[in-house]
Amino acid sequence: MATIRPAQAADLPAISALDERETGVAKPDYWRDMLASDRHFLVAETDKGAIAGFIAGEIRAFEFGQPAAGWVHAIQIDPRQRQRGIASALFEALIARFKERGVTRVRTLVDRKDHLILSFFRAQGMVAGPSLQLDMDVS
Amino acid sequence: MKLQTATRLGLYAILELARDPERTLSAADLAERFGVSSHHLAKVLRTLGAAGLVRGGRGASGGYRFTGNRRRTTLMDIVALFEPAPGQRAKEPGQDTDIGRALQRVLLEIDEIAEATLRSISLETMLKAK
Repeated sequence: MATIRPAQAADLPAISALDERETGVAKPDYWRDMLASDRHFLVAETDKGAIAGFIAGEIRAFEFGQPAAGWVHAIQIDPRQRQRGIASALFEALIARFKERGVTRVRTLVDRKDHLILSFFRAQGMVAGPSLQLDMDVS
Repeated sequence: MKLQTATRLGLYAILELARDPERTLSAADLAERFGVSSHHLAKVLRTLGAAGLVRGGRGASGGYRFTGNRRRTTLMDIVALFEPAPGQRAKEPGQDTDIGRALQRVLLEIDEIAEATLRSISLETMLKAK
């Protein structure tokens, strides 16, 4: 079973590489910003020292007229390490950190066509929240 | 979203059977539980059987048990057995007019959200929910 711990600068190349393999987009600056002290960035490390996955989130207060909530910004698991409960362990560890800081609600945004990740969050007990996301093409 | 009676019975029946895959329940047992006719339920169970989700059911008292995969089967898989696929809907009156097209976009948006919801909830997730 992987060990969950806070991400460090030395993990960034492995995190960026894993994310790029899965999303096809390289965004090293985005991941570096996730190391900021007001973010919660956790990794799952295998007993061989490899990064099996990561989760990133933050607590945001009074956005969209809502009380403080813990947001899950990203979660990614190495495909070779899936079906082992690593994503659930990362999610639970992030929730525990949110709860320590007094947060009683957790939120995320998911592409409605991404059934894999939607199913994952549903299986964790998440349901549709009180807000509807709206969006407009202004090109 | 309005689901046909057969769809709702299919969802009830599959969840009841998947709750304990070792257990066998007849169409009559399930019909009594849901307060519907066993004739109606037998038809629903045959559809679920043809999809490989349940097995059994010889005669009126024959029992059915769940043979699917709770983690892999979603509510959408069940709904799709009984409801017409979105693309196979009958042509709507006025759908080729400006207003008809605008209305179709709204209805499509609703369908997409409903489908995303149904497709993201597995039987396992349903049965685990408090």
